[in-house]
Amino acid sequence: MSSPDHGLLGDTKGWLDEGRKVALATVIETWGSAPQPVGSQLAIDGEGNFIGSVSGGCVEGAVVTEALDVITSGVSKTIEFGVADETAWEVGLACGGRIRIYVEPLGTE
Amino acid sequence: MKRETLDQLLNAQAERHAVALVTSLDDGGERVVAFENAASDLLADDLEHAFRYDKSGVVTAEEGQFFINVYNPPLKMIIVGAVHIAQALIPIASATGFDVTVIDPRGAFASVERFPGVTLHAEWPDETIPQIGLDARTAMVALTHDPKIDDPALTLALRSDVFYIGALGSRRTHASRVERLAAHGFNSGEMDRICGPIGLDIGARGQAEIAISIMAEVISHLRKGAPS
Repeated sequence: MSSPDHGLLGDTKGWLDEGRKVALATVIETWGSAPQPVGSQLAIDGEGNFIGSVSGGCVEGAVVTEALDVITSGVSKTIEFGVADETAWEVGLACGGRIRIYVEPLGTE
Repeated sequence: MKRETLDQLLNAQAERHAVALVTSLDDGGERVVAFENAASDLLADDLEHAFRYDKSGVVTAEEGQFFINVYNPPLKMIIVGAVHIAQALIPIASATGFDVTVIDPRGAFASVERFPGVTLHAEWPDETIPQIGLDARTAMVALTHDPKIDDPALTLALRSDVFYIGALGSRRTHASRVERLAAHGFNSGEMDRICGPIGLDIGARGQAEIAISIMAEVISHLRKGAPS
């Protein structure tokens, strides 16, 4: 299958060139009826602006929060969302699927 | 992701090179592997599978856990026939990630006015197609129902590994097309690759609905393979 959202990387380059701090979130695994396929990406800047998509809008808010942490700490992390994690996370996927997302700082030396 | 890695990926995209980004989920280490170097990589088998099926994913190896993200060049759609249906099909194909090329030797049809912003060749298909190249990530859509124009394109498509071949026309038109192509030496198994009448049977009426039925059939071939 064709990985979606790869046009997004070109946009993030523009952000970096403007001197913005950027984190990149990528769907790396999905189980069940996940809304976006593996490879889907969301780019987030230090102000919380974001482009792209990693779900149907269900978990973007939580990913942005995690991304701001990653921008501050400079350390990548892996996060999971799904119905099973509803107690651990404030948000879940209404569709019943589960996704694993890798969040990393973008444009490091 | 390092700035250097981002630039490598963007260059590969601009030059239509297939590459994969391998990221270690243990320590964040990353490398860009070009399709032609996949065989000599540590994760050769996984990379070859990922490139072939255009499928990104996590793999576990002795060295740890890695995410392979495939950056294949865009899919291609070649539309033969700068006709009304083509005008409706182009925006849908573009939205689904295809680079579209329109070929029609009839200059009155293949005009920039009718097809603004599209790669347009007012030439015969057998002149243009060899330059564009046909591969397993290409869909061929023949819409003129003029044998002089459609047949050379279909002949080239049948000799290639394009993942989709469709030709506009009724069952009767398609039957006579099959007869003509048989005269060129294609057997019935080979000609079964041509979807004719073109498009999924959704009772489409008018060019916009026909374009949707064609696009649905193209996507079905891409994602699920040709129906057996």
